[in-house]
Parts: sequence; C-alpha cells; structure tokens
Amino acid sequence: MLTAAIIAILVTMALALARAFLGPTEYDRMLAANSFGTKTVLLIALGGHALSWHSYLDVALLYAMVNFVGTIAVMRFFENRRQDGKEGAGGAS
Amino acid sequence: MTLVLEWTSAIFLLAGSFLCITGGVGLLRMPDFFSRVHAAGVTETLAAPLLLCGLMLQMEWSLDLVKVLMILLFVLATNPTATQAMAKATLIGGQKPLVTESESTKGDSPSNS
Amino acid sequence: MLIAIAAIRMRDLFGVVILFGVYSLLTAVLFMDLDAVDVAFTEAAVGAGVTTVLLLSSLRLTRRWEAPPRHNPFFSLLVVGVTGAALVYATLDAPLLGDPSAPVHKHVAPHYLQEAAGEVGMPNIVTAVLASYRGYDTFGETLVVFTAGLAVLLLLGFSENGKSRIETSAIHDQVALKVVVKLLIPLILLYALYVQFHGDFGAGGGFQAGVIFATGFILYDMVFGVENARAVMPVAWLPRLAALGVLIYGGVGVYSMLSGKPFLDYSALSADPVQGQHLGVLLVELGVGITVFSIVLSIFYALSGRRRQS
Repeated sequence: MLTAAIIAILVTMALALARAFLGPTEYDRMLAANSFGTKTVLLIALGGHALSWHSYLDVALLYAMVNFVGTIAVMRFFENRRQDGKEGAGGAS
Repeated sequence: MTLVLEWTSAIFLLAGSFLCITGGVGLLRMPDFFSRVHAAGVTETLAAPLLLCGLMLQMEWSLDLVKVLMILLFVLATNPTATQAMAKATLIGGQKPLVTESESTKGDSPSNS
Repeated sequence: MLIAIAAIRMRDLFGVVILFGVYSLLTAVLFMDLDAVDVAFTEAAVGAGVTTVLLLSSLRLTRRWEAPPRHNPFFSLLVVGVTGAALVYATLDAPLLGDPSAPVHKHVAPHYLQEAAGEVGMPNIVTAVLASYRGYDTFGETLVVFTAGLAVLLLLGFSENGKSRIETSAIHDQVALKVVVKLLIPLILLYALYVQFHGDFGAGGGFQAGVIFATGFILYDMVFGVENARAVMPVAWLPRLAALGVLIYGGVGVYSMLSGKPFLDYSALSADPVQGQHLGVLLVELGVGITVFSIVLSIFYALSGRRRQS
C-alpha cells in the first residue's frame, strides 16, 4: 500500500512537471513548482520510511520550509518586476 | 501491527493517493490559472495530511512519529497560505479569471477584494 | 539530467532559476538514496532554497531574457570535448565506487569508523570527521565563505536604506500571509537551532543551521518589507557577526596552542579528552553557523534593497 502511494506521488510529480514546461504564463510555472515541492516532501517522508533511510524526516521538514520560502520569493519577484516595469502605473497600495 | 491499524492506514493512503492524482490531473487539464490553483491547492492540502496520517499509523511510538506530526502541521499551515498568496498575487498581477457570461450573471460586476 | 539540459537550452532566465531549484532538489533525493544525509540536507537547504532566492533577487536587477550568443561555440565545444575525454580516460584506472579493496577504504576510513566513537564520542561520524579529524579543512571552508561574503560586499555594498522603494503591494496587502509567516518564523529559527546542536547525533551541523537561520530572516524581509527587516537585524551587525564566527573558530585553535597542544587539538579544552572533543566541536560548529548565517544574510541584503538601473 505504501508502494502504491509512492507511485501515485511520482505520477503527480510528473504531471506537475508537465505543467511547469507547458504553462503559458509564468504564474502557472510558479504553481507547478510549488506543487512539485509539496509532493517531494511527501515522497521523501514516505519513501524514507519504506527504504529505511536515515534522518529522512529532517530533510522532509527542511524541504517543506524551503518550498514555502521559494514560492514567496517567486511571488515577490513578479511583483517587483511589474512595479519596476510600469513605474507610476503600478503604484503603492 | 494490528489489523485495524493496517486497514485504517491503507484507507488513508488510498484516499491520499487518489486526491493527489486528482490534483495533478486537475493541474494539467483545467483551462485557466485560477481553476488550476483551486484544483491543485485544495486537493494537495487535503492529500498531504491524509498520506502523512497513513504513514503515522504505520510507525510505532517514537520521535519519528512526532516529527511526521510536525511536518503535517507545517504543511497544513503553509500550503493554504501559499495557495491564497499565489492566487491573490496573480490577480493583482493582472490575470483575469476565465468567465463565461450566462443569463444569470449578466450585468454583474466583479467584486473588489 | 533532462532538467539540466533543459535549463541550459532555455533562454528565459526565470525558468532557468526554477529549473535549477528542481534540479537541486532531485540531486538531494539522489544523495538521500546514497545514504549521504548531511550532504542531502545541505543541498536541499542551499541549492533549492537560498540559491533560488538569491538568484531571483539578482535577476530582478538585470534583464530576464538571455541574449543570443554572438560567437560560434564550436571551438569551445571542441576544447570541452577533448578535456572531458581525457578525464574519462584517466578515470578508467581508478577503482570502482564502493570497491572494498580500494586504498581509500583500507586505511583512513576504517580508522575513522572504528575510532570515532571512542576518540570523539559522537554518533554522527560525518560531524566527527568534519569538525574534529578534519577541523583544519573546515576552518579553511569557513574562511572561504567569509572571504566570498567580503568580496560580494566590496563589489555591491549594502544598498542605502530601502525607504525609496514603494512597498510591494501584492504581498503588502495579504493579511493572511503576514499572520501565518509571523507565526512560522520563530519555528523556523527554532528548527535551525535544533539542526545546529543536534548535528552531533543526527544529520545537521553548522553549515545547514546557518543557512536555515538566514532563511528565516530572508522570509521576514520578503514579507514584511526591507525597513522592518533592517530594523530587526541592522546592516552594521552582519560583517561583525561574520568576523565573530571566524574568530570563535580560530580562537579555539589558538587556545589549544596556548595550552601547549597543536592547533585545533580539542583535548586541550577540558580535563577529559572526550569532553574536550565535545566542547571543541560545539564551539567550532557554532562559529561556522554564525559565519554562514551572517554571510548569506549580507548577500541577500546587498541584493534586495536595490532598484533596477533603468
């Protein structure tokens, strides 16, 4: 049953990667990368238990954090570029 | 490991995998960014705790169990936040949701939020 | 490998940064499979986390699409191909990976594996080798990180107080994000401290802990704005903290010398040699953590408060 779950996660990661390559706008790519990251956390947690890796949970928790910070960084990147690109049209809140 | 635990864990893992794949398919097939973010965000926020609960039921009481619980709480806290932040940032960035006009919604203006 | 090839061929630099993040992540999973947990940890923290953030911050300042190459790359390809072939030919003589009769596995490695518990007294042999047996190399690495940070600061300098920037409105308006991040940052910092001090027993150590600690501060800067972040961790403190970390590390070594033992011999730190090793590793990892944290945060500060030169 654990193996089935791991295979399901791998399939979902492939789907998310497909969206990351296809996605017409950059927001789609950001969403796909975030999904990929969350699935990786699950993969490390489940796979580590199944394959008896050492200290895999520390890496999973770390990656959950890193994924979140990366998504916020990408959002900020878009926001700043939009503002710097359209000076005066964007405007403050 | 008792039979009850095994079965419960299997049910959780099965439900989690189903939601996971559903989210992935939704991510790929939905027509518009906002529907994609809804599909991916909602299903993945539910799938992750289910899968992790299934994992926890297969482990015995140890520090590892508490660590998986921490990962679960962290994912539960950050996933919806990231989804909402992404959707809002995209909306402010200028993307509009794909809407079809129908008789009942004609004349409605989008709410400002 | 497909991801690496795609990343090289792509012209859109933003896509390249994201692909590099994914590539680092897959490499981390590969390292986990090879049972190298500390390396996987560092790769995930640095490659997928901090590098993505720093590259995005610097991408903000330059243009996003790579210019098409102006020269014919055929000659460089030839040089690379010939060098690569020579290197591959040279490796044909080397023993296979993991071969038990290889020289590296017969002399030094068994000594570390068998004696570490007795001499250094900690279960995590990687930390024992890093901080005690090869402590001098780690001192060099810390100095390299410090020098790299100095070089970045000399080239870029801390930007002036970011007051001239308009607050980023997409993130500024998001109350839910701010509340959740405010609750999460103490947990992230606590996790960094856990990784720092648990490095003796599980995966962890100074490098990873410094990076995670800096990630907490970077998250604060990104969500709450540059002025708030600089009020919390003033810019002037960072070079001093970096120097302090290196000083702690070097200080331990000098103290050992002043006690009559060789440089960085931790048994000089306490009456019982194993206690001395514990104390030495603790102090040394602390120094490394402080230095890595302040350098990563300085590089981020140097990049973050700037406007694009238009």
